[in-house]
Amino acid sequence: MPMSDESRVKQLLDRSFDALLPLLAVPLAFLIGAVILMVMDVDPIAAYGVLITGAFGDVSGITQTLVRTTPLLLVGLGIVIAFRGGVLNIGGEGQLVMGAIATTVLVLSLPTWPGWILMILAMLAGAAAGAFWGFIPGLLRARLGVSENLSTIMMNAIAAQFANFLLAGPLMDPLQRELGSFLPESARIPRSVWLYRPIPQSSLHIGFFIALIFAILVYIFLWRTSIGYRIRAVGLNPAASRYAGINVPYYEALALTLGGMFAGLAGSFEVLGVHHKLLEYLSSGYGFSGIVVALFGKLHPLGAIPASILFGGLLVGGDKMQRVVQVPSALITTISGLVVLFVVSSVIFTERRARRRKIHG
Amino acid sequence: MGDLFTLPVLLGIIYSGIRFATPYLFAAIGETFSQRSGVLNLGVDGMMLMGAYSGFFVAVKTNNLWLGLLAAALTGGLMGLLMAVISVTFQATQGISGIGLHILGLGLSTLLFTTTMGGVGTIGGFPPVRIPLLGEIPYIGDIFFNHNILVYFAFLLVPVSNWILYKTTFGLQVRAVGQSPEAADTLGVSVKGIRYITVTLGGILAGIAGASISIALINVFQENITNGMGFIAVALVYFGAWRPTGVLFGSLLFSFVNALQQWVQLKGIPIPAGMAVMLPYILTIVVLAFSSRRISKPAALTKKFERGES
Amino acid sequence: MKRLLFQLSLVLVLVSLVVSGCAPAAAPATPAPAVENTVIVEVEKVVTATPAPVEEKAFRVALILPSTTKDSSFSQAMYDALVRLQEEMGKDKLEIAYSESMFKIPDAAAAIRDYASQGYNLVIAHGSQYGSSLAEIAPDFPTTAFAWGTTVNTFQSEGINNIFAYTGTSQFGGYVMGAVGAMLSKSKKVGICGPIETGDNRNYVKGVVQGVKDTNLGVTVTTIWTGSYSDVTAMATCAQTHIQDGADVLYGSSQSSTGAIAAAKENNVYWFGHQYDNIPLAPEVVVASQVYDFVPTLKDMIATIKAGVYGGKVYTLTLQNGGFEIRYNKNIEIPADVKAKADELLEKVKKGEIEIPLD
Repeated sequence: MPMSDESRVKQLLDRSFDALLPLLAVPLAFLIGAVILMVMDVDPIAAYGVLITGAFGDVSGITQTLVRTTPLLLVGLGIVIAFRGGVLNIGGEGQLVMGAIATTVLVLSLPTWPGWILMILAMLAGAAAGAFWGFIPGLLRARLGVSENLSTIMMNAIAAQFANFLLAGPLMDPLQRELGSFLPESARIPRSVWLYRPIPQSSLHIGFFIALIFAILVYIFLWRTSIGYRIRAVGLNPAASRYAGINVPYYEALALTLGGMFAGLAGSFEVLGVHHKLLEYLSSGYGFSGIVVALFGKLHPLGAIPASILFGGLLVGGDKMQRVVQVPSALITTISGLVVLFVVSSVIFTERRARRRKIHG
Repeated sequence: MGDLFTLPVLLGIIYSGIRFATPYLFAAIGETFSQRSGVLNLGVDGMMLMGAYSGFFVAVKTNNLWLGLLAAALTGGLMGLLMAVISVTFQATQGISGIGLHILGLGLSTLLFTTTMGGVGTIGGFPPVRIPLLGEIPYIGDIFFNHNILVYFAFLLVPVSNWILYKTTFGLQVRAVGQSPEAADTLGVSVKGIRYITVTLGGILAGIAGASISIALINVFQENITNGMGFIAVALVYFGAWRPTGVLFGSLLFSFVNALQQWVQLKGIPIPAGMAVMLPYILTIVVLAFSSRRISKPAALTKKFERGES
Repeated sequence: MKRLLFQLSLVLVLVSLVVSGCAPAAAPATPAPAVENTVIVEVEKVVTATPAPVEEKAFRVALILPSTTKDSSFSQAMYDALVRLQEEMGKDKLEIAYSESMFKIPDAAAAIRDYASQGYNLVIAHGSQYGSSLAEIAPDFPTTAFAWGTTVNTFQSEGINNIFAYTGTSQFGGYVMGAVGAMLSKSKKVGICGPIETGDNRNYVKGVVQGVKDTNLGVTVTTIWTGSYSDVTAMATCAQTHIQDGADVLYGSSQSSTGAIAAAKENNVYWFGHQYDNIPLAPEVVVASQVYDFVPTLKDMIATIKAGVYGGKVYTLTLQNGGFEIRYNKNIEIPADVKAKADELLEKVKKGEIEIPLD
């Protein structure tokens, strides 16, 4: 259908406004944060300046942001797949931990294997363990009708305790026993399996770039393959999918399993690329933040890329703000909560405008 | 092993089980109302934290526990109202708005705590009240009828909310809105109005749940004192098949198994501590796996509602 | 698809605009809001110049804490020590900056690197989980001193010479307090509530258990691990369970133990604390606390750095060197014979006459 120039410009403006809406939500949240800052006798402009330059202002800030982006993006991709399949995966936290455990166990139990093969095997093990941890809620949902909202929360708790159990016993670094310090850490994995770090003096590892590739692959998978198409169909309209002969529970379970796989891979990268061992607090809330990233990226695998960079930056810049301005870390948590609430509330305006366009245009 | 199945242990499990079911009951029943009307609120934990903080703060400053409880209910109600605005008026994706609310509650309660109160402290919470006559019965009296007032409230809430949900017009409206908002709307029920009420009510009860921790059961406040209890409470609503009685069983079961795993450790039964603490979570999944088939959730749960749509 | 790519590019453009637009805003110096007794750091971006410790310039210490400065536990013990040291030395001689709630290791690593590049003289990563981050960062800043604990590893074996380590022998104080508790127990039962069976907590509990047993008074001691450092409710149920089992003396540690302390207070049973002074939390029932005192360690560390040595030394905090102190509650009267026995055991511990196997 041919379009006049005028309507084309109008459409362009419309779309740019849509894309900017969630971003307008962010300043609103920060405005409230600014009020809190002023109550606490801190200059908000200076504080926010530190936040932004801390996250994106120099090489060190940017690399740190990207290190945090990596697990956020991977977990976010998993959430996107699950969401597209009509299931909410709250279990990213547990799946990430299981991925980290599997990677560490595999690497430590095959010390004589050559690095490259072991590294790839370790990633596969992490992905498989995460997938397994997503498969259980998937199976429970498909076979027994157990809500994944519930089971994934429980699976998180079980994974955390399982990690505690391993770190307090079988996986604890033998050196810790010898020294009598009994710290909850595994032995360090050999250097040969560490993920390559392209930039000296930074912990940015190639896992970030692999995650970027995965974002594209997930896009191709969801929009260009028949399995992906069916997952989206199930999420969009389960009743119609059933009518069309799609095995709905199967694809829901698959979506949860694939979601788990990406979270598991995130855990694997955290071990191979960042910590080089299994330790406590490895996950640190990526499972939940990943949900926010997925939403902020409009539940699109490519949208998850800028979203995860933004939230990674918020984490890094927020800490910098804590250090430089010395505000309690809880303030940054509060602002993140506000950001989520404003972003999630702004979606309706985009939708309303889209609907209006449909009616008028 | 036989050491575990003695009368004192059994009484101990029942006593702590009842006592620590309290916050779960308040929060999960509040969430039941909210979900019954079609709103999934994952932010219960954040609401509980705000309730726990404000209850503790006001109780310490005014030296009046009841004022603390009131403050907790009000704060929780405000958080609920915020959730209602976001999920009902702005129709935000409910799972995510709940997580936002949780993060906000976690951050704000800690921020307020560190700025308004020097450091961690304890408070004399609601004392146990022995119920006349019933409380005198040997054994039974000690474990069932010698608790603080909020424990009784929590358990009374079960029949009361059953009555509200199944015997009043309001309850009928709540269920109708959660089952088929379009039909309820045609019958002249304000879908949004009902959801505003239930979500706010859920917030009030979550606030009280928080206060039950900070000024009745544990009597301290510190950063993230709920440690994810709100998420368990949401899970218990599913567990209880959206019925207050079911929620009661779920809360008690979870709480009993939690008490049991500590006795298992205490009696030196050779299960690693890390395994024992997993018990409540594994059991919840197992029980659910065997009961879920018969459960049907509110049809409109997590679905947005806009008049004239669909 | 096209639409999405378009939106994406817009997002990216906007982000970069925001970044570049706001960057200059950070240039003016941040006004210093006084938080507690902390002196505020000036603007970052101090070049990675070598901060030669000149006498007249203030000695700058940065602290990375896993928990908060007010957790009544391990983190606060270190923070308070620094503040006390600052009061002693004067604010112009010692500058402190801290980052709290750094339980996420990447956050902590970023903070460590950042402080080092700002020219801090000493960066303390106050948690045993920070070791691998330190080992990676320290070599990049050879004239900055780093410290971490509790551990005995200074990474000198890996050729790194600017990391201090500190550790504590918490089992010995646990031993003495275990004996005191056993003597105070009328029900002949004492209970322990621990977080996770590792590190400092594990060693402390080992000490308490042996202290109770060595009294030979027929007192039984049982331990429950809650599986979490932060689960206050689990700590409270733990204390409740011990009390129902008949215990009248309780022990515990970690920042979540406040839950157990409140339960002890409510049920009027004795409590012994660890890591930080628990007495103000419940003066009615807390008999004693084994308290970390980092001041002597910090003093020596600072002196060593000023002398030009940036690491390689392990500090072991003990009862002998004042790194630990058993602080008794003056409001609770302990029978004279019990106190005498406690003092006797303390002397024995200090002379190294008591062995506590940790495995």
